[in-house]
Amino acid sequence: MRYDATLHVNGMAYPVEIEPGRSLLSVLRTEVGLTGAKEGCDDSECGACMVLMDGEPVNSCSYLALQADGREIVTIEGLAGADGSLHPLQQAFLDQGGVQCGFCTPGMLISAKALLDRNPRPSEEEIRLALSGNLCRCTGYSGIVRAVQSAAEQLA
Amino acid sequence: MSGTYVAASSVEDVLHAMADGARPVAGGTDLVVGARSGKAPLPEALVAIHRVADLRGVSERDGGLVLGALVTHADLADSAVVRERFTALADASAIVGSHATRNAGTIGGNVMNASPAMETGGPLICFGAVATLRSASGSREVAVGDLFTGPGQTVASPDELLTEVVVPAQAAGTGSCYVRLEYRRQMEIAIVGATAVVTLDGGAVSDARIAITALAPTIHRVAEAEQALAGTDGGDVAVRAAGDAAAQASQPISDVRGSADYRRAMAAVITRRAVTAALVRARGEDVPIPASPALHGAT
Repeated sequence: MRYDATLHVNGMAYPVEIEPGRSLLSVLRTEVGLTGAKEGCDDSECGACMVLMDGEPVNSCSYLALQADGREIVTIEGLAGADGSLHPLQQAFLDQGGVQCGFCTPGMLISAKALLDRNPRPSEEEIRLALSGNLCRCTGYSGIVRAVQSAAEQLA
Repeated sequence: MSGTYVAASSVEDVLHAMADGARPVAGGTDLVVGARSGKAPLPEALVAIHRVADLRGVSERDGGLVLGALVTHADLADSAVVRERFTALADASAIVGSHATRNAGTIGGNVMNASPAMETGGPLICFGAVATLRSASGSREVAVGDLFTGPGQTVASPDELLTEVVVPAQAAGTGSCYVRLEYRRQMEIAIVGATAVVTLDGGAVSDARIAITALAPTIHRVAEAEQALAGTDGGDVAVRAAGDAAAQASQPISDVRGSADYRRAMAAVITRRAVTAALVRARGEDVPIPASPALHGAT
């Protein structure tokens, strides 16, 4: 059986009709058409699917899409400005070599955004902790941590 | 793919749906992940409880805590009263999964999933917490220590919802700690875990509660370890005896995370760490929360 729901994603309302077992990730990628959030492990381990729900990072692969009805979702596509200008975090990832294959990058940026929203001047240890639910298999962690530090300095 | 879904707005709605065979879902961090990994399919009928306001919130009552079923691990790890007076529960909640898991995962789901490796079970059992189980036909209170009957198994019937967990006030002079053996800081499952809740009176241990995690089919207290500590000065000899008793009481399995022999050996180490840190906290001194990473390398 399918149910109606309205997903509020990056400030836009998307009416969808979906089965109860569908994950938020699959609906974001298929029905909503935003493919920035990635399916890595599909087991809530790697963080590639991370989105903000009411401001907090959650793994969208293991969250039921119907339960996101009415909640405010922000995906990686919601970070850039309306004119397409990159968020300072995105620019810092590019400038500091925080992107290698790029698969973990959307989740890393979502975790980093949540961190800086809560703690604008994090220590390196706090950055590493905040990103520890996001796995980078290229193991480019130093560039990623440097990027978050650099963005924090610019945003402060 | 599951069949029916309803998002309940009251406890009564949830209980009616459960009486009709629906199963509750809150954060989905066990239920949905388990379905994805093929552990168990999603229930045919789901009742989502995330909107039920009566199931939310950490509140204080008579010096203790009332935790709604929807209280998340992040709520517990951030709560000032939990960190100050029920510190072992903060230690445990702060190391569940990752930030994303802790934002979605709830205490009700964590308890009713009944994993022998769950982080919050040991602290709740040692603090004497009591779960309220409600169904359309009634309500009962079950000590968390009596709730678990095996891995993933509880005494609850399928139509019963855990609505809240009440944690009683602890005696003055009580310190507590939960420690796990971990190979990594996040997205980890306890290889071995131990909880210690100790009360000091005039420098002597007047009460000790010790539970072991991931060392038996259910998390449980170890009376011999508690007896080894109670009445002593909490010195090295007593702490070592408590650790040895915990190892003696363990019935670990061998799996991908560790052999039974390794787990048994580490039961002593991890129990010593938990007891030592609980004693330090009982004396009013600081051990960072969560304790596990802070105690890496401790004997």
